[in-house]
Amino acid sequence: MNATARLRAAVATVRDPEIRVLTVEELGIVRDVDAEGSRPTVTVTPTYVGCPAMDLIRSDIAAAARDAGFPDVEVRTVLSPAWTTDWLSDEARAKLVGAGITPPACRAEGRVLLPLMVLSPPKPRCPRCGAADTDEVSRFGSTACKSLWRCNSCREPFEQMKEH
Amino acid sequence: MNEKAVAYVLRLGDDALVAAQRMAALATWAPQLEEDVALANIALDLLGQARALLTYAGELEGQGRDEDLLAYRRDEHEFTSALLVEQPDTDFAATMVKLLFFSAYQRLLYEELSAGDDETLAAIAAKSVKEVAYHLSHACAWTVRLGDGTEESKRRMQTAVDELWPYTHELFASDSVWRGYGFDPAGLRERWLGIVEPVLAEATLERPVDDWAPTGGRDGLHTEHFGYLVGEMQSLHRAHEGVSW
Ligand SMILES: [Zn+2]
Repeated sequence: MNATARLRAAVATVRDPEIRVLTVEELGIVRDVDAEGSRPTVTVTPTYVGCPAMDLIRSDIAAAARDAGFPDVEVRTVLSPAWTTDWLSDEARAKLVGAGITPPACRAEGRVLLPLMVLSPPKPRCPRCGAADTDEVSRFGSTACKSLWRCNSCREPFEQMKEH
Repeated sequence: MNEKAVAYVLRLGDDALVAAQRMAALATWAPQLEEDVALANIALDLLGQARALLTYAGELEGQGRDEDLLAYRRDEHEFTSALLVEQPDTDFAATMVKLLFFSAYQRLLYEELSAGDDETLAAIAAKSVKEVAYHLSHACAWTVRLGDGTEESKRRMQTAVDELWPYTHELFASDSVWRGYGFDPAGLRERWLGIVEPVLAEATLERPVDDWAPTGGRDGLHTEHFGYLVGEMQSLHRAHEGVSW
């Protein structure tokens, strides 16, 4: 395995501190891994501009890289192109459901018109019982990326990862 | 150094920073738990925007100032935020009306900037505009609910609208900085009215007449509330310089 592949494998194991079932790779925020240049570099992109988990993610990535033999790794942040929930893999979506979080809807390919505002988001299915009869409790949840819902069938509350 | 770019980006960053500081101060004061979470989330989004924008302004300036130095080591007259965002949260109605006016403005301006030539600014704007769409819908929902609510809530919403309306003119007041870089928000007022007026109408609130139009924030001349805001925002950093989590 070459150096870049080893670094990539090390970084792939880092978990999102707020959604523990997902790794940073499954979340789609690792943009580039390069261990061939003068200094090994991991490039990440934030989910939300102000996501407070990003500082922790960066330091976790640096720690994982150090453990894999890259003591002077640099973790860079790029903003463009902007992260979108469309980058979540199918595997990541399945894991979210398993953790009681409904994944965001996947948008059609191509240019998507930005809504002026999000007046009534499409209702997600309950991740526990699969029912479609759900109500939004709060558009803002425990973290920036989630909203709060309630299932009218099994009566359980659940979270949805917001389309972003 | 591109002075025009620095001044332009600083205005955007200062708007987001001051709006974030005001909103964050409301944590634990919201009328219900879900609203507390919502306000904290919105404050966090705005703070994230401020951090990215101030960091970029510091890079453009090239004098070694980072986000912290720009937020914590400038004095009152050096901030170029709009007067609207520093207005105090005297009532939850004022908080929501301010958010309605400001997020509609940010929503339109960020969309234009996300298609602009400055790649860094476009990237920050492209991320932020999605967040702001949520802020705007939140403010709209409360405006309608409270405006078209009880006699008491309607009265308080109308008071907030009347008191804050004059400060919205400054958002669209063109000058050499706005014309010198990026996108001049002066051209956005018609579209902004196209968002705000129908919301006020649905909320059965009266749209005030355009009259008094105070300005000065963009030149560092702020209202009397601003010094206290800056003092509180900077006190920790000034007492423990360079402190971090
Ligand atoms: Zn259910």
